[in-house]
Amino acid sequence: MTTLLDMREISMVFPGVKALDRVSLSVEAGEIHAICGENGAGKSTLMKVLSGVYPHGSFEGEITYDGAPLRNRRIHDSEEKGIIIIHQELALIPLLSIAENLFMGNEVATNGVISWPLAMQKTGELLRRVGLNEPPSAVVGKLGVGKQQLIEIAKALSKNVRLLILDEPTAALQEADADRLLDLMLELKAQGVTQIIISHKLNEISRVADRITVIRDGAAVSTLTKEEISEDRIIRDMVGRDMAHRYPERTPNPGEMLFEVEGWSCMHPEQAGRQMIKGVSLNVRKGEIVGIAGLMGTGRTELAMSIFGRSYGKGHAGSVRMNGQPVDVSTVSKAIASGISYVTEDRKALGLILDEPILRNISLANLAGIASRSILNKRREAQVAESYRKQLAIRTPGVQQKVVNLSGGNQQKVVLSKWLFTEPQLLILDEPTRGIDVGAKFEIYTIMKELAEAGRGILMISSEMPELLGMCDRIYVMNEGRIVGELARGEASQEKIMALIVKDVGRAA
Amino acid sequence: MADQKQSALAGHLRENGMLLALVAIVVLFSILVAAQGKPMFLQAPNITNIFLQNGHVIILALGMLLIIVAGHIDLSVGSVAAFTGAVAAYLTVDLELPISVVIPLTLIVGGLIGAAQGYWVAYWRIPSFIVTLAGMLVFRGATLWLLGGQNIGPFPKAFQAMSSGFIPDLTGLDKPHGLTLIVTAIAIAVVIWIGLRARARDAEFGITPEPTGLFWGRTVIIAAAMAFVGWQLASFRGLPNVLIVLAVLTILYAFFTENTVQGRRIYAVGGNEKAAKLSGIRTERLIFFCFVNMGMLAALAGMMVTARLNSATPKAGTGFELDAIAAVFIGGAAMAGGSGTIVGVVIGALIMGVMNMGMSILGVGIDYQQMIKGLVLLAAVIFDVYNKNK
Repeated sequence: MTTLLDMREISMVFPGVKALDRVSLSVEAGEIHAICGENGAGKSTLMKVLSGVYPHGSFEGEITYDGAPLRNRRIHDSEEKGIIIIHQELALIPLLSIAENLFMGNEVATNGVISWPLAMQKTGELLRRVGLNEPPSAVVGKLGVGKQQLIEIAKALSKNVRLLILDEPTAALQEADADRLLDLMLELKAQGVTQIIISHKLNEISRVADRITVIRDGAAVSTLTKEEISEDRIIRDMVGRDMAHRYPERTPNPGEMLFEVEGWSCMHPEQAGRQMIKGVSLNVRKGEIVGIAGLMGTGRTELAMSIFGRSYGKGHAGSVRMNGQPVDVSTVSKAIASGISYVTEDRKALGLILDEPILRNISLANLAGIASRSILNKRREAQVAESYRKQLAIRTPGVQQKVVNLSGGNQQKVVLSKWLFTEPQLLILDEPTRGIDVGAKFEIYTIMKELAEAGRGILMISSEMPELLGMCDRIYVMNEGRIVGELARGEASQEKIMALIVKDVGRAA
Repeated sequence: MADQKQSALAGHLRENGMLLALVAIVVLFSILVAAQGKPMFLQAPNITNIFLQNGHVIILALGMLLIIVAGHIDLSVGSVAAFTGAVAAYLTVDLELPISVVIPLTLIVGGLIGAAQGYWVAYWRIPSFIVTLAGMLVFRGATLWLLGGQNIGPFPKAFQAMSSGFIPDLTGLDKPHGLTLIVTAIAIAVVIWIGLRARARDAEFGITPEPTGLFWGRTVIIAAAMAFVGWQLASFRGLPNVLIVLAVLTILYAFFTENTVQGRRIYAVGGNEKAAKLSGIRTERLIFFCFVNMGMLAALAGMMVTARLNSATPKAGTGFELDAIAAVFIGGAAMAGGSGTIVGVVIGALIMGVMNMGMSILGVGIDYQQMIKGLVLLAAVIFDVYNKNK
């Protein structure tokens, strides 16, 4: 094997922060090399150095690529050499077709006139290579995230990629799509495309990666070969300490019945006659953590949002009881007043006002709590924010910081603080650990544990089954807008959950 | 810690920068006017006129700030001001109603117009640019229709006093105007007190306070400027009624946006409407309110302009919307919504007003005036973007 890429002693200093501290990374031709590390460890910065987002001269150290020094002045330089990065946030234009997106900036044209027949034909070939069965004229926005990811890869292939960098490619994918993507990675490897994958998901890494480099606090901690890869070892290297248990120890102690939903149904907001939630009944006791498992798109988020002030869908039917009493949840403020909180899966788009400081975000859902007669008491606001900062260990220089500057885990703690300040009895947590690193995940789990111990009910939606199995007292399994099964802590397993889903899919077909 | 210090300084830089720009522009014009051998720029009649001639811009900009913070825009305010001015003229001159009836009635008409536009924006989600562009045409036409293409006027003294009157001197001193001096002194004391209180609060919250020298330097400049303006006005005809109205409205809106639940919610709506909605905020109602408020302020501005010109004309209010919007952006609001302050907007409007007057005194042609104002707007926003990216 020959070395394709050799990054030596890369250091990069931002004002006040040493983002990279003499990191070395060596990638063999034809391998899949994984990079993992906590959020903010420097993975993305390293990739930006490689792709030329930070030009040569803005960092220390040398890069050798394909036997020659690599000195990028801009991104275009690295792309010309076949280094292509696919970012976590996809860079496709939703209103344009697949073909238009594929050749964006690289159009199949002579003298500025695009040859569409040729472009369509080339698109067809590329789509076959990534195994995507869609017409080249399909509009990108109408395809799922999984397919869009494949289009990004096809786009990279169209540029004669030699080193493909995937930044958390499966973060937004459901398991089947993620599987397909990983298969494609192995296929591309067989075709000789060297790949770097950045991922939090250790099971995926151990499946596809030949070697793995762990980065912590801006420095490369270790490079492990396939034989040495084990989840425990990776986690230990990532967080710098042994994490004997990935989930906090807790003794379930369910109390009285807290939250009951009966016969809950709702329709799709736009497509008339399409029922999204079909007669769902479930309950949560005080001090209980209850999970909802299911594939993506089975209506879990829709269920939660439709209950929370009819924030999703229309034509709602069914009843909700808190502490045995029927409650009105027809608007968000009524749902909040009934003691229900919903922590969204999409904290940036739906949970936070990114350009506002932490304290304003925390007070947002309960401004009455810091006001008397509608006049804000800013001292009280700062005190409230400060107390949550301490309680949830939000890592920030101060509560005046804009939340946009925080890491994913700390942002999630701000969202949690916001909802805790409404003093909910029931918290619906939708993918509470999505996109946050291992260390912060453990902290979120601990917060959940403490909330349950304080007698609050928690309804947790998650696509990560280990997390559900590790945290929940009971798990409902949802498919196609219905509850298809319920498993107690002792009897639940990944296989049983999948079996319930598959059986249901079989019945529907 | 470094980050926080930076952002705190950047925040102060913005506010201080605006104020500095205003001072610099005043000084610049003072020098240029003196160089031409004309009477002093900052004399009492000129100071009075800055407020009389730009009062409507400040009033419109107050409402426009709320609209822009909420993430919208209102292009119709010039036409609405013209129409409500015409309504006020019709009620006063043709129907001979007393101003105690005319003023509230006209404000209600303005509020209804705002409601009519806000309804489509808030509840039907029609882009405000389109709704208010339509409103701009509709109410310009309505003004022509109501006035029959002619001017209505003149007005009784009581109506004119709205824009050209001065507060009476209750002290009986008359020269200088005693009450003006007293009000000025109180205002200076209040400004210093508010500044000190904010500083104390910052310290308590652990926010890095701005350097003491900077704070006192700025406060002394502001106090001196207020004392100077107060003295000049007192030795002329006293405080104009318009200035009192402007001061009261500015304080009211500054308090509303900074210190009330509803004010805070408007920023949340502009910052992230979906997150605001999921936090239990009735976003539609707030947007609707912003437009009703804008309509009422447009009516007030319309009446003031009509009173100043002493006649309602079909051409009144042309371009007001652009002045108001420019003032808001010079004042540091973001096009995308969610940020901007009342104080910034008032300073923005004053910068425009001082430039208008200064350039007119210097005899700069209307052609150059427009070009210069356009470039100042662009420069202010570039300054903002540059600071944000730094």
